[in-house]
Amino acid sequence: MAPAIQCRDLRKTYDGKVEAVRGLNLEIEAGECFGLLGPNGAGKTTTIEILEGLLAPTSGQVTILGQTWKNDARELREVMGISLQETRLSEKLTVFETVELFSGFYSRPRAPLEVLEQMQLTEKADAWVGKLSGGQRQRLAVATALVGNPKILFLDEPTTGLDPQSRRQLWDTIRGFQQAGGTVLLTTHYMDEAERLCDRLAIVDHGQVIAEGTPADLIERLGGHHMVEFQVSGNSNGNSADVWRALPGVESVRQDNGFFCLNVHEPHLTIPALLVAVEKEGQHLLHLTTRQASLEDVFVRLTGRHLREE
Amino acid sequence: MTVAQQTPTHVPPDSPSAPPRNGRWSGFSHLLRARLLELKREPEVIFWVFGFPLLLALGLGIAFRNKPADVTPVAIVAGPGADNAVSLLRQSPRGSPIRVAVVTEAEAWLGFRLGKYDLVIAPDGKGGFQYRYDPARPESVLSRAEVDDALQTAAGRLDPLPTSAVASTEPGSRYIDFLIPGLLGMNLMNSGMWGIGFALVDMRQRKLLKRFVGTPMRRSDFLLALTASRLVLMLVEIVLLLGLGVLAFDMQVLGSVITILLLNTVGAVSFAGLGLLTASRAQKIESVSGLMNLVMMPMWIFSGVFFSSERFPAMLQPVIKLLPLTALNDALRATILQGASLGAQSGRILVLLVWGGISFILALRWFRWT
Repeated sequence: MAPAIQCRDLRKTYDGKVEAVRGLNLEIEAGECFGLLGPNGAGKTTTIEILEGLLAPTSGQVTILGQTWKNDARELREVMGISLQETRLSEKLTVFETVELFSGFYSRPRAPLEVLEQMQLTEKADAWVGKLSGGQRQRLAVATALVGNPKILFLDEPTTGLDPQSRRQLWDTIRGFQQAGGTVLLTTHYMDEAERLCDRLAIVDHGQVIAEGTPADLIERLGGHHMVEFQVSGNSNGNSADVWRALPGVESVRQDNGFFCLNVHEPHLTIPALLVAVEKEGQHLLHLTTRQASLEDVFVRLTGRHLREE
Repeated sequence: MTVAQQTPTHVPPDSPSAPPRNGRWSGFSHLLRARLLELKREPEVIFWVFGFPLLLALGLGIAFRNKPADVTPVAIVAGPGADNAVSLLRQSPRGSPIRVAVVTEAEAWLGFRLGKYDLVIAPDGKGGFQYRYDPARPESVLSRAEVDDALQTAAGRLDPLPTSAVASTEPGSRYIDFLIPGLLGMNLMNSGMWGIGFALVDMRQRKLLKRFVGTPMRRSDFLLALTASRLVLMLVEIVLLLGLGVLAFDMQVLGSVITILLLNTVGAVSFAGLGLLTASRAQKIESVSGLMNLVMMPMWIFSGVFFSSERFPAMLQPVIKLLPLTALNDALRATILQGASLGAQSGRILVLLVWGGISFILALRWFRWT
């Protein structure tokens, strides 16, 4: 069976200058929830819009369910639901009218009311779109994507600007869609979202995939599952990073806002050694925490930057 | 159209909640319905499309209504002989409506300069009068002739040739009769261009066009629905404006309703094409507004909306006749006021069709959905 979404050596250059996507490869199986994770400007939106057939790539191939945009555009549109990063739907239509309008484009849509119920918008069915809150609008955008009864759902930053409760509701919807056999491709710059929701991830930076795998995989590749963060005072000389790196079980060290972050295999071995080393260096420990390594750590390790940084 | 083979099956087709399969025109009818609902809920649209032209017609119709002949205001410079002039004008058998004011010379001049008086009569002290008038002001020229006539007959002049005059004001030749078809044409242009162009750029700016293109919607359906929504509005516009003319101003519509409807339809579609072309690439409301005005401004002036386009020099006439609004206005006037048939208008219809056709073709080539 053909992969749900496949692209090879995808490139997009705007105006002959700005290289938004530089040779990106993806292969997403049917039934997967796949995430594109990356900072703003990494090329996520350009990539997803090329896959959605809304932008033409400068070069590279895209196949969706074994079909191409060039030959099978109408068939493909029937089986995809999309939610763009920023669509302002007509404000003077009601929620129901909006979903009904979109249902009219598909040859075999779902019942608008049923979709509204799924997106918890039934109460708002007769409210004008202009009167909705940000979270309700976002849910409506997803409702317009679901009403065509798609096989593949493309969601560009679906939870940006949502309150925690709305985010969780949307995650449930996405999982429900996936459990019914659907394929999901979403972009996000929230690590927790990517970790909880996605079966597999591609971390995108500067228009390229810099790492790909399951969230657990990616963290595993970091070298250790645990992070030890601490802050010291005293005559911290420039070489202290080398001291920490030499501690038992330490995979990597980074300095972040005056804190040291150690990526470690076995904290129970590292921490006692750390305490001894701090004392030997003539410094005081101001702060010490340990936590599970996250995708954020993977990203920082790979790029030297945080995801949310501009 | 083999879409049916690809239908997704997450909801079983026989599920009670699954609506029947949508047909070929489902997208079009949904778009048209949504568009009309939106228009209905937009108070500004209601005003600019319906209220504004009605108010304009009403205002201009009242301002230029056929009122009794103008009263001619005349100043007589005080001094010897002034009383004689007043009494002569009073007893004149002509009965021309002349309003006389006896004022000082300075006042008379000031009033003349400000347009308060059309004519200044200065007694020359020898029993005669001197007229001061402005040959460039028609009312001043007219007033000189009337006053002279009144004074001469009052002084005992006998006309060698007996003449008589009958006043006649027929519907059909009045300003309001000229105005209503012009307003109808202008309104078709304004609301066609704004209704299509503005809506499109707004949707492009909202990324709504891009979202629509991400569905199986046929792009031609979208543009058709937008044009069709214009035709629905057009019907209402015709009924309101012609209704106003007939009911409030006793206007007579001589042409057939079918011909008027067909002309309006051709006009509305032609301007819809022009609106589409104007808005085919603009990304912002501000930039499309400028473009729209650039396209419409010459036609407001040259195409004979408020006054006849014949007033412009003969040299310009061939160009003016090729403007779509001139063609539409001339055709509407010929039909409504003179009962001309559709066949007699083929040249004008051709002008409209060529403008509309070329605009549609170029617009579709250049149109930017994202």
